[in-house]
Amino acid sequence: MKVAVITFPGSNCDHDLYKAAQQVGGDASFVWHRERGLDGFDVVLLPGGFSYGDYLRPGAIARMSPIMDDVMSFAKAGGPVLGICNGFQVLCEAGLLPGALVRNDALKFRSHDVRLRVERVDTLFTSDYELGQILRVPIAHGDGNYEADEETLNALEDEGRVVFRYVDRNGEAVESANPNGSWHNIAGIVNESGNVLGMMPHPERAMEELLGSTDGVGVFTSMMNSLSTAPA
Amino acid sequence: MSKADGTATATPVPPRAGDPEITPEVVADHGLSEDEYARVCSVMGREPTFTELGVFSAMWSEHCGYKNSKRLLRLLPTRAPWVIQGPGENAGVIDVGDGYALAFKIESHNHPSAVEPYQGSATGVGGILRDIFTMGARPVAVLDSLRFGDLDSGRVRYLFDGVVKGVGDYGNCVGIPNIGGEVVFDRGYEGNPIVNAMCLGLMKREELITAAASGVGNPLMAVGARTGRDGIHGATFASEELSEDADESSRPQVQVGDPFTEKLLLEASLELIASGAISAIQDMGAAGITSSASEMAGRGGSGVEMEMTDVPVREDGMTPYEILLSESQERMLVVAEKGREGEVHRILEKWELEAAVIGRVTDDGMFRVLENGKVVADIPALPLTDGCPTYEREGVESAEIIGLRDMDLSEHLIPEGDLSKSLLLLLGSPNVASKQWIYHQYDTTVRTSTAVRPGGDAGVVRIRGTQRAVAATTDCNGRFVYLQPKTGAMAAVAEAARNLVCVGAMPTAITNNLNFGNPLKAHIYYQLREAVLGMRDACAAFETPVTGGNVSLFNETDGKAIYPTPVIGMVGVIDDVDRITPNAFRNEGDDIVLLGENTGEIGGSEYLYVTAALVAGEPPSVDLEGEKRLQQAMLSLTHEGLVTAAHDCSQGGLACTLAEMALGDGEEPFGVEAGIDDELRPVVSLFGEAQGRIVLSCNPASTGAVLASAERYAVPARKIGTVLGADRGFTLKVRDASVSASLAEMTEAYFQAIPKIMDVSPTAES
Repeated sequence: MKVAVITFPGSNCDHDLYKAAQQVGGDASFVWHRERGLDGFDVVLLPGGFSYGDYLRPGAIARMSPIMDDVMSFAKAGGPVLGICNGFQVLCEAGLLPGALVRNDALKFRSHDVRLRVERVDTLFTSDYELGQILRVPIAHGDGNYEADEETLNALEDEGRVVFRYVDRNGEAVESANPNGSWHNIAGIVNESGNVLGMMPHPERAMEELLGSTDGVGVFTSMMNSLSTAPA
Repeated sequence: MSKADGTATATPVPPRAGDPEITPEVVADHGLSEDEYARVCSVMGREPTFTELGVFSAMWSEHCGYKNSKRLLRLLPTRAPWVIQGPGENAGVIDVGDGYALAFKIESHNHPSAVEPYQGSATGVGGILRDIFTMGARPVAVLDSLRFGDLDSGRVRYLFDGVVKGVGDYGNCVGIPNIGGEVVFDRGYEGNPIVNAMCLGLMKREELITAAASGVGNPLMAVGARTGRDGIHGATFASEELSEDADESSRPQVQVGDPFTEKLLLEASLELIASGAISAIQDMGAAGITSSASEMAGRGGSGVEMEMTDVPVREDGMTPYEILLSESQERMLVVAEKGREGEVHRILEKWELEAAVIGRVTDDGMFRVLENGKVVADIPALPLTDGCPTYEREGVESAEIIGLRDMDLSEHLIPEGDLSKSLLLLLGSPNVASKQWIYHQYDTTVRTSTAVRPGGDAGVVRIRGTQRAVAATTDCNGRFVYLQPKTGAMAAVAEAARNLVCVGAMPTAITNNLNFGNPLKAHIYYQLREAVLGMRDACAAFETPVTGGNVSLFNETDGKAIYPTPVIGMVGVIDDVDRITPNAFRNEGDDIVLLGENTGEIGGSEYLYVTAALVAGEPPSVDLEGEKRLQQAMLSLTHEGLVTAAHDCSQGGLACTLAEMALGDGEEPFGVEAGIDDELRPVVSLFGEAQGRIVLSCNPASTGAVLASAERYAVPARKIGTVLGADRGFTLKVRDASVSASLAEMTEAYFQAIPKIMDVSPTAES
């Protein structure tokens, strides 16, 4: 699995993503935002961080980077694209995913572990999980409050495109488990074709017992396995 | 030109058109005394120009010149076989094994934070990050040590909220995890918040680079952000007392930070260092180009010549004086290898930053500044950096403090109501209560190496690719130092070391931040001297040398000084990441063991502050030799794999320590049943803050081995209780008295204390 990790000026989770991809046996490379072309890559990862300092709006400037034209074409051709945290924000700004990530409802940066419920296991990114499995994964963001108009929200729910939801220890999507005010406790969604996933929590930070959780590994092994079993 | 003895023969420099004339008032405004000005004239062999006066004012300020502290700082131990770089560089560096070196340093941003809390604290973090990556190390962790007045003041809440946001936003954006620190609320810091930021950076030993200008003819380059009119004379400002109207008039002296540029500068700097195209790099921090260029020249034993019109500036019409003294953030000064300027430009361009050649290294020992080819400053570099007059003053202890220390406390040791209420009161005191409200605003997990996050005794970052990790903590109980400076400083070092051994780390070295009042006052100088002496003794006893740090004096508002606060930033090494000890209970049925003696010393305690609004009494004594044995015993128990949890016993005493271990991070609390049968008054037994104590838990099958191991180190140890299920509640007995509470009550008090104050009441200025 050849993995492109896109680095924008201000990305700061690029190395973490790179290591996560390598840990599951991926062949990862950094791609600087001014480079062009993603030929030969099987997966594209958009890392977290503060691309362009979050100036204007998170992701609003990064989505105009030269490489984003290639990311768009890659996604439209069905290539798997995963955006985490700032990467999710970039995907929304670029129109590859619907809705927007606005300021957390408490107006503060939030950094701690959350629990996620896996809502879909038939995606490229979640096939190694069990339906309803509860994951413990860190978040770290100031703008993770997922908003969309009612029509979009209904479409997301009706088409089962909500992949991860914030839940409590019992797996209930209650308000107290929602760290940022996201509609429907949404933590991660896929596009209509299911090949573009955006999520605010950081699975790449939950890859080792030493760091507190291995629940994020499944995202990366799922991609690995989906690709190796996909018809050539 | 300078002579061999460092003095200069007068080279006339005509006054620059438009510059003010130098009068005694102008000299005084620059913070120089008459004697110091005479010394300037003697160094120069003539009267300085206005530009030169500004340069001396900055370099001979307390902030850069350490004039009131240098003689005391020389008393501190600074050497050990593992110290690679001691004081005098941007940061200290120690060997942490497996070919890795750790750069670390702490720095204050107290004055700017008092005026503009958000930018003040943010730029504090920015500055300390630059000190680390200019050594060639990649920053891997940040800690923040903060002090404020009591939270019942709207102004204090505004400062607290702004400082936390500033620390968080800057570190979060650059992507450096925050792994710990401390926060104290006490009216002793009402007018002068203390904001100290510490950074740790890792590198391979051979990647170390220092900041000495060498290679005559090598170009000097300004790299990163442009130079603006912000923060002019920040270093001098930081060396003065604040007045009540400081707010308004001082804002132009506060710098503004841009963490996005910092992130680019960090990557570009590390790439520059790796390229070999540069021979030296230094942050333009306090006193900007002036200090970075003159210190590089001073260290290298060479000279520098700079053309001010070549410096990239943010606005037209800046004078050499302004350019030299600007403290605009996110700038670096580098010495490039001659002929490789193009490489420097290419690397900076990739990171979308600017670089400009602004001068060159010379061999005449002069710090020379030109404007359009005309000399506007020509100063011998070595006397400028090292010739700052230093003072040893008379120190006399304040009679008022002696009175507080000798106060009879007995009437305050009979609790009103029951002891259980006292426990809940203490757990709900912002000093003891959970600091989650703070560190949940800090990214603690970015870089995927944080093995112990904030909230424990010390933060831990693993060294990827090895079994090793580094641990760090910051500590100081300013009340203890206030009541008895020498003992208090020893306690600060001792507590830091206990914190490290509790997570399983060997205490290795310290960086210190000496936050004090105005040293020109005899009782403040006394505090400074005694604290340094206490620190010296403790560092020597624990073999934890001082590798650098920062001095922040004049922390006074309208004549009222802060508690003397020598913050200790201590680092330690963990050989095996699989042997990191948690600080909260893990298993029902474990035995609870107290290491050390419960001596019931209650002077300067949180109990007295919370129940009687008192900071008084004799602070706890420190037995350095006993502390050392305790550290060894704890490390030995960890290596033997006998310990399931360990926690230093400090603020709030034994009762609060046990409660904290029971509550943990709130995810999975445990019950406790414990008792101590000493002959002390229950209040002092439960809430006294005696030093030299650690509470640990172990499997009951190991308790015998734990006690035997402690005995080998002559450390008192006894089983005091058992870990229970959460439903069993918390009970702690002292003879016939007892404290009991439900986990729910304790959780509410401990976790909601700070949110209740900060999330409900407005933080606007009162």
